[in-house]
Amino acid sequence: MTPTLLGRIQSRLFLLGTVGLLWTILVVPVLPKFGASIGEVYGVTISALVIVAFFGIGWEFLYHLIQQYRWEKDWPILYGLITGIPEGILTWLIVAVSFNPTPSGVTFFLHFASTWIVVWLVANGPFRVFLLRWRFRGGRIV
Amino acid sequence: MTEADLTPELISARRWADEDVQAARLPMIDSPFVTVGGGLGSFAMVNVLRIAGIPTSAIKVLTTIDKPEQTYKFLAGNSQIPDHERLRSDSSSTIDNIWGFPSYALREGLSAKGLGNKLRPWMNVITEPVLADFYTPKAGQVYDSVANEAERMGWHQMTAKGAVRMVRPRHGGGYFTVLTPPRGFQPPPGSGPTKRIVYRSSHVHLAVGYPGVRFLGDLQEYRQKHNDFSRVVNAYEPHDYVYEELLRRPSTVMVRGSGIVASRILVRLLEDREKRGAQTTILHLFRNYVHESQGDKATFRRLGKNGFAYQGFNYPKAAWGGQLKERLEALEGKDRADLIGLMGGTNTPWRKPWEAMMDRGRQGGYYQQWIGQVQSVEPGPNQTITTTIIDPEQRSTQLGANFIIDATGLESDISEHRLLADLLSHAGAARNPLGRLDVEPSFEVRGTRNEPGRLYASGSSTLGGYYAGVDSFLGLQYAAIQIADDLASVGFGKRIGIGRSVREWMRWMRKKPIPA
Repeated sequence: MTPTLLGRIQSRLFLLGTVGLLWTILVVPVLPKFGASIGEVYGVTISALVIVAFFGIGWEFLYHLIQQYRWEKDWPILYGLITGIPEGILTWLIVAVSFNPTPSGVTFFLHFASTWIVVWLVANGPFRVFLLRWRFRGGRIV
Repeated sequence: MTEADLTPELISARRWADEDVQAARLPMIDSPFVTVGGGLGSFAMVNVLRIAGIPTSAIKVLTTIDKPEQTYKFLAGNSQIPDHERLRSDSSSTIDNIWGFPSYALREGLSAKGLGNKLRPWMNVITEPVLADFYTPKAGQVYDSVANEAERMGWHQMTAKGAVRMVRPRHGGGYFTVLTPPRGFQPPPGSGPTKRIVYRSSHVHLAVGYPGVRFLGDLQEYRQKHNDFSRVVNAYEPHDYVYEELLRRPSTVMVRGSGIVASRILVRLLEDREKRGAQTTILHLFRNYVHESQGDKATFRRLGKNGFAYQGFNYPKAAWGGQLKERLEALEGKDRADLIGLMGGTNTPWRKPWEAMMDRGRQGGYYQQWIGQVQSVEPGPNQTITTTIIDPEQRSTQLGANFIIDATGLESDISEHRLLADLLSHAGAARNPLGRLDVEPSFEVRGTRNEPGRLYASGSSTLGGYYAGVDSFLGLQYAAIQIADDLASVGFGKRIGIGRSVREWMRWMRKKPIPA
């Protein structure tokens, strides 16, 4: 992908709010919950989405800075995948300190990793079917 | 009855009335939209318009070729990219699919046999360009995909054969496009014998490709002065006999140029040497030798070494749809030309097998790099051609070769193309900072509007405008979308929104024809 800063932020928020949210709604019922109620797990997973969206704006500034040192001014598909690791760790830390009792790390991991991969897959292909001009606009939606 | 033809009055008039055409007895065919060229530029344009809901009856493709991929395939083949070799194009620059999904890599994997072969293109795109070189599709895959999409959109119902001589504005709006059909054609019903057919349309799109190949000045001079057109050849011309001759006897070949075309020629020469027993010595002559990475800022530095400037595609990727595209759009005049030059210029992709082959050639002494300005090109002893160069230390060296391949990829001036020359002299078009057709961001040719009609151009002839990658699959599609959106704003076709986009994509996936 060849995002601009504004395109990065818009794409992140839009994809999390559509694909990420839909995936969360669908996947939570089948996640192992280790005694937590489905409502509690929805509370944690949707909070995780909000954290990824909110703190993600900060991450995007960092990614944009890194991108400036790339001649192609592109963001390799692989980067889009592996940035999930630091973002996942940060999100877990925030979730772990915000919820009492601390939610299951396994449940969190399964939700976070699967959501990240689904959003990443959609962003690198099918999303363009909906928004024909998106890839020419550096990821901007409006 | 004599054949009807253009009259001197028509040729000199900047604007024609319907009556002028009738007075010359030229048959007139109405078509709301006409695209001239019939190559991949016209293909991309018509593809988008068809998806935007324009019926085949409203489009005419005026062309001298039989298939949209024909000219591209001819040039690629000459520059040593046969069907099984890979192009220099991104996986999602799918010329047959305006969405870029499914990409060429995804499709290559899906149709491959065996898990390893399936995973290879997928892993390639996932790890490029960090852990692997950029994935690029095989030429044959692209040609097949174009043929399928041409069929799906009813391409052959829209074509009319012939050469387009001129496009002139019409009194009352729109344009006349003058076609010279092939000899022996049947004139339209009701008209007498004629040399030309006039298409009357609201809108015209020009995608005429390269005006022609151009030789380096010294080589052009040698060819003409010594009437030697077989030993000094251009990479874009058919020259397979050169490689056949090289297989027969040990020879020396000089290659000029250091871009992708030169890389292709070098790879062919080196592969013939390594795999087919040729005993060729390659003298690679550089005018500008790239010793180190280019650019004085860490945030704008391109890999350079061994003589070459390296990047995945002919521009940095973001020139097609990211930061660099936005930056270029904001520039005018010389600033725009300069940025295009910095992002483009002569460059080639880094491909590990190619680099390894050149290293072996250097070690074996059969791939030699020379740097210098050419002083003269003259016939030498024993059927050779002697090139005299002045190297950077001002020393003179004579290099003898049996063949010289001009792989600089130079293109002729747009005025070498009859239609474009006429557009400049008679239809109000002007040149951009790089000397090509001046177009708006919408790809409308500046100075040619004839309300309610509009005249557009895309492809190589528009390089120097607000978009750098015009001469690429994705660039042709981008131009087509810009043009279609502009046309939709004046009521011709519908702007492709989410609903239409999804519906038409589903149709594409099901391989269903776009309704006529």
